[in-house]
Amino acid sequence: MMRKLVQNAAFTVFWMAGLGAVLIMLSVVGYVVFKGFADITPEFFTTSPRGGLSGEGGIQSTIVTTIYLVLLTLLVATPLGVGAGIYLVEYADQAKGGFMKRVTSAARFGVETLAGVPSIIFGLFGYALFVTALKLGFSLASAALAGSCLIIPVIIRTTEEALKAVPDSYREGSLALGASRWETIWKVILPSAFPGITTGIVLGAGRIVSETAIFFVTLGGSYRTPTSLLASGRSMALHVYYLAMETRAFDKAMATAAVLVVLVILMNLSINMISRRISRDTR
Amino acid sequence: MKNRVENTMKTVLMISALSSVAIVFLIGFFTLKESIPAFQGIGPLNMLTEKVWRPGQEAYGILAMIAGSGLVTLGSVLIGVPLALGCAVFLAEVAPRWMAGIVRPSVELLAGIPSVVYGLFGMVVLVPLVRGIEVAGNTGFGLLSASVVLAVMILPTIASVAESSLRSVPRSYYNGSLALGATRWETIWRVNIPAARSGILSAVVLGLGRALGETIAMIMVIGNSVIMPKALTGNPLSVFLSRARTLTGNIAVEISYATGVHESALFATGVVLFILIMIVNTSARGLLKASLEGGRRR
Repeated sequence: MMRKLVQNAAFTVFWMAGLGAVLIMLSVVGYVVFKGFADITPEFFTTSPRGGLSGEGGIQSTIVTTIYLVLLTLLVATPLGVGAGIYLVEYADQAKGGFMKRVTSAARFGVETLAGVPSIIFGLFGYALFVTALKLGFSLASAALAGSCLIIPVIIRTTEEALKAVPDSYREGSLALGASRWETIWKVILPSAFPGITTGIVLGAGRIVSETAIFFVTLGGSYRTPTSLLASGRSMALHVYYLAMETRAFDKAMATAAVLVVLVILMNLSINMISRRISRDTR
Repeated sequence: MKNRVENTMKTVLMISALSSVAIVFLIGFFTLKESIPAFQGIGPLNMLTEKVWRPGQEAYGILAMIAGSGLVTLGSVLIGVPLALGCAVFLAEVAPRWMAGIVRPSVELLAGIPSVVYGLFGMVVLVPLVRGIEVAGNTGFGLLSASVVLAVMILPTIASVAESSLRSVPRSYYNGSLALGATRWETIWRVNIPAARSGILSAVVLGLGRALGETIAMIMVIGNSVIMPKALTGNPLSVFLSRARTLTGNIAVEISYATGVHESALFATGVVLFILIMIVNTSARGLLKASLEGGRRR
């Protein structure tokens, strides 16, 4: 009887921890979304910030900058990340010794290490290499290159997982029909791993949309719409920071944050949807 | 022809595989290179043990920031770890399927919320609450607000790693213990948790690494004053009401206008941060590996 009582008490505590996490999520998301959307009008999306202490204007230019930044980053990171993932999964079995083995283990070390590096270090590095040494200045180009370094390991890891989920029989079948290794990868394995690889790319895009620290030290923060790769800019996340720290416009900051949060939720949902479809197809 | 394509692709893929390690190398090289003038001019030991950071007067001690980062990490661990581990045990062992289907996505969503949004939430909601504590010198901005924000931010990392290490404990342990007459709770407490011990510990250490590296949310709520955090009243716990600055915040706030030795000292701050986090992450990885191997041996 006593033991049952102890069990009930313990389980109550765990239920409270679980409910606590849900409650925290609901209060953060709920507060930001309700407070934020209370002030949002259509003009908020179609006018650009005007600068100044009162934080007047909307977020149009910051939306444009965010889109540019995501596209540029993916343009750099996707080929490298997917390529690395393919190499690590499809060529690793050839790596019995010597040079190729060293390449694979070096790449694995790189992915593991980068996963733990805090974003401000990527920012500091981007500032030293792209902004200063390569003289790209505070610009879209610098920010996109530094951002790519952040998401390359993310894309590598999801690509690896997606490729590992492709049954070996596909590879064997294709090779047995006389296709070369690359033909097998290009025509058989990549198409069937495509949805999984997509989740990695969406995940990377999400990281860029949310990231602030890296862009705070590489993107410059101009509230105008960038007109070239070398122009400074301000992503939505960075706009939230500037509004909160340098103006009195907490309502505008909250509205921008609400848009960000909704965007992140939509990205999460799309990733979940893709992975659910994958697990249904393989079953 | 076919062979040519084959070999070209293999080389191209190999080069992209090396991108990750190239980035690690470049980060190490540039951060170290830029920090050399500061380490030479000021001396590493001086930097680490000097409390005063006043770039205008050539004073570049980062002890205050080390204390700030350390205390806010400690605070976030004290608040966040019990909640995160509670969540992990709940999800792995206690929750019925429908409830896990609510809790798990919530925790995942917490991981996806941008840190600038946490920072804003902290500024608008938490800071005014903390300001309500009536102690002279308390502005609401400081270690307590920052610790609470950070605790929420590290919760998903700790909860998910700890949950999967609890799940990797063989089911036969659980069934065996129940068959011997133990209750579910006794089994979880005396069998499952001890068996997943090193995995759970590595989850906490990984969370610690995340906490040390957080930047934007910290700048927004911690106050950013370069002072050694000190207790505001006789109660030593009131140290958490003190304003502070983290190592990460020091870099972010000053890098865009710093020049010369000042700039180099910020890179040196980055080197110290990088080394701290490498130590933390390496030990977490070691623990995780140990827990996996332990599982296999049994």
